Amino acid sequence: MTDKDISAELQTQVEQAAATQTPLTIQGGGSKSFLGVRNNAIALDVKQHSGVISYEPTELVITARAGTTLEEINSTLLSQGQTLAFEPPGFGAEATIGGTIACALAGPAKPYLGGTRDYILGCRILNGRAQNLKFGGEVMKNVAGYDASRLMTGAMGTLGVLLDVSIKVLPRAERDITLAASMDVESAIDKMQALAGLGQPVTAAAFIDGTLFTRLSGTETTTNAAAHNLKSMVGEKTDNSTLWQQLREHSLPFFQPQNSQPLWRVSVPALTRPLDIEGEWVYDWAGMQRWLISDAPAALIRSTCEAVGGHATLYRGTEEMQRQAGVFHPLPAPLLSLHKKLKDEFDPKGIFNQQRLFPEF
Amino acid sequence: MSQALFKDETPALDDDTRSTLITRFLSFMDDESVLRDDEDLYPYESDGLAVYRQKPPLVVLPETVDQVQRILKICNELNVPVVARGAGTGLSGGALPLKNGILLGMAKFNKIVSIDENARTAVVQPGVRNLAISEAASDYNLYYAPDPSSQIVCTIGGNVAENSGGVHCLKYGMTVHNVLQVTAVTIEGELITVGSMACDTQGFDLLGLLHGSEGMLAVTVEIVVKLLPKPDTTKLLMAAFDSVDTAGDTVAEIIADGIIPAGLEMMDKPAIVAAEAFAQCGYPTDAEALFLCELDGTEEEVQHQLQQVEALVRKNNATVVHIARDEQERMQLWKGRKSAFPAVGRLSPDYYCIDGTIPRRHLSRVLQQMNTWSDEYKLRIANVFHAGDGNLHPLILFDANVEGELERTEELGGKILELCVEVGGTITGEHGVGMEKINQMCVQFSSDEITQFHAIKNAFDPGALLNPGKAIPTLNRCAEYGALHVHHGELPHPDIERF
Repeated sequence: MTDKDISAELQTQVEQAAATQTPLTIQGGGSKSFLGVRNNAIALDVKQHSGVISYEPTELVITARAGTTLEEINSTLLSQGQTLAFEPPGFGAEATIGGTIACALAGPAKPYLGGTRDYILGCRILNGRAQNLKFGGEVMKNVAGYDASRLMTGAMGTLGVLLDVSIKVLPRAERDITLAASMDVESAIDKMQALAGLGQPVTAAAFIDGTLFTRLSGTETTTNAAAHNLKSMVGEKTDNSTLWQQLREHSLPFFQPQNSQPLWRVSVPALTRPLDIEGEWVYDWAGMQRWLISDAPAALIRSTCEAVGGHATLYRGTEEMQRQAGVFHPLPAPLLSLHKKLKDEFDPKGIFNQQRLFPEF
Repeated sequence: MSQALFKDETPALDDDTRSTLITRFLSFMDDESVLRDDEDLYPYESDGLAVYRQKPPLVVLPETVDQVQRILKICNELNVPVVARGAGTGLSGGALPLKNGILLGMAKFNKIVSIDENARTAVVQPGVRNLAISEAASDYNLYYAPDPSSQIVCTIGGNVAENSGGVHCLKYGMTVHNVLQVTAVTIEGELITVGSMACDTQGFDLLGLLHGSEGMLAVTVEIVVKLLPKPDTTKLLMAAFDSVDTAGDTVAEIIADGIIPAGLEMMDKPAIVAAEAFAQCGYPTDAEALFLCELDGTEEEVQHQLQQVEALVRKNNATVVHIARDEQERMQLWKGRKSAFPAVGRLSPDYYCIDGTIPRRHLSRVLQQMNTWSDEYKLRIANVFHAGDGNLHPLILFDANVEGELERTEELGGKILELCVEVGGTITGEHGVGMEKINQMCVQFSSDEITQFHAIKNAFDPGALLNPGKAIPTLNRCAEYGALHVHHGELPHPDIERF
């Protein structure tokens, strides 16, 4: 555990980079450096800027410097029976809270409890002019000024350097249980969607290799009652308690393909039927986040997703593929234009994380 | 009432431009949709903050997306500001008209386009009333969660613009947490769709950015909202205490105990007395503080939590503990809280509603300071409080017919907001900045932060034509205001010219 404020040093580095128009790669723990196009710019190391600044369990808010590890955040929260409800994956022990917010990845609970952007309350950043700016705050309801904290969430560091972040936390459920039932993919898609409409304490639903897994969270009484109510629909309790963590952290065997084939993340609307793309599939987020291991052409994958109102991310692939196909799904022209303008307004010299998100900036 | 609080110092829209606009609008809109006579314009002179008034030179009421696009293109071409408006229930003057711009009324966009029972979503036009969505979804046992107290009249487009909350947002979130997708028109007349029908979106969170942007980035023309299944069971517990501190501490303990109530509302004595007199809902009028704690979920979950909450309030020596016996009594107890504003309104010719949020641990300090100021300013204050999330609504009672009282009220309101910032909170939890709190923005944000806000607007609206002058103050305004409010000898915004 470290507690160190290096914001002044970071500010100087950004100032110099802006003055000399030197591109920077914002670097936390590096656990998610596989995501997004890599570049060889000088690293701006934020990892040392770390430590929990404040934590108020009764107000459900934690504020920490960006370099604080996700592990430290999780254990701090756990000591008070609380948790980050959006279950961010770390993809390694080095993962930082800054990277977590910048990448805005969320675990299996996302469709039920919300994603990273639903929990961000405020942040302090350095913009491309090396100005130290604070947006949002540490309170749950706050509509003063534009919501720049949400704008930073998922921007992959392209708009500024996150210095510290305030996040809403929730009580951790007393326990989770998992139900499992074998079925075909069509029934699984319908059931996963229907489950969320029953008012039962469902907090995850995934379809993996012919089995629908459903997670229930709450007290012993509530989860037992729910398991009883849902038995005929989604099966019996199973002991597979690490399943959700393995799914979140990509440590299931599915995520280690033999021939280092690319891994795609496909995000589609509720109830989207199985897509006609050759490959291996795993369904998370009640069928709305699908993992695909496939050699199908990027253009085909993208157009198939787009046709159903979804999008596809080249999650893990070779550098060559990433450059050719782009990592994130291309934006429609009017939105790309707004993205570029916002980028210019935050980072006029274009020094931060060039092309990490989109090839255009 | 006087216009003492608000002076629009921009020159009025000139007659030539006004005639050109009328001619051009009438080429694709019917006569009744282009309002230009005084008797038609006066109803639009203010929103829910009626102390600020400005008659708009022109009101247009489009009914198709194409018309909105054409209107915005014309205004962009002629450099005419546009203020979009829903039902006009906003409490911060966000829809206050401008002397030199048109008012774009979205009231005709009042259709629920579709409800998808299985995906649990509704596609709605921006002029649909908040409550109408839940009413329409009710057939499917679904509802739309955010419930601002004006939900009978306020529109979903306005809710997006303000990022409205309500009494249930501790558990269910604000508008931004309950909207999947927004289609909007930019000042250039371009149609953009932000967000997605999928569970997330590529790129920047523009959907989040549009929420609470107070009509300054784009004009919303269609919204997809999430619907939730109605909870199996809902229970309401009322607890009264002989001090506000104990009530506040009990709220903290409930949350520390791992419970997120669906609603957790607190009132102080003046508010309790007013609400009881108005609604006869069964509140103990001798209590110093009272809270309503609503729990919802499955039968087992609610029973379990209800026992926990009851044990906690008893441990903390609540003077009254009462669980609503049935649905009728639950609604009755809520009625008192939901009618707190009009109830307080009966105690005094006028009242002024404040909307700060504070970290709850500072509640006692903030209330004590307010009591001191109340004596000093000789203005009574009643407090209703979204206790779960720290959102305070002090209601200052005043009489606008007493000379200077309105101005004193505004000054007191400003001081309360600045106190909220001082303890680590914000000047607005859910009502928006609008025109009302524009000066306090200078207290909450630095010059660099305000400049960055203007830069965000510039990305969407380079000519600053969408609701200009609202929500984000100019640095000059901050300098003028800052000159009057020097804290600890530090001059705010020292880097800009003063005159």
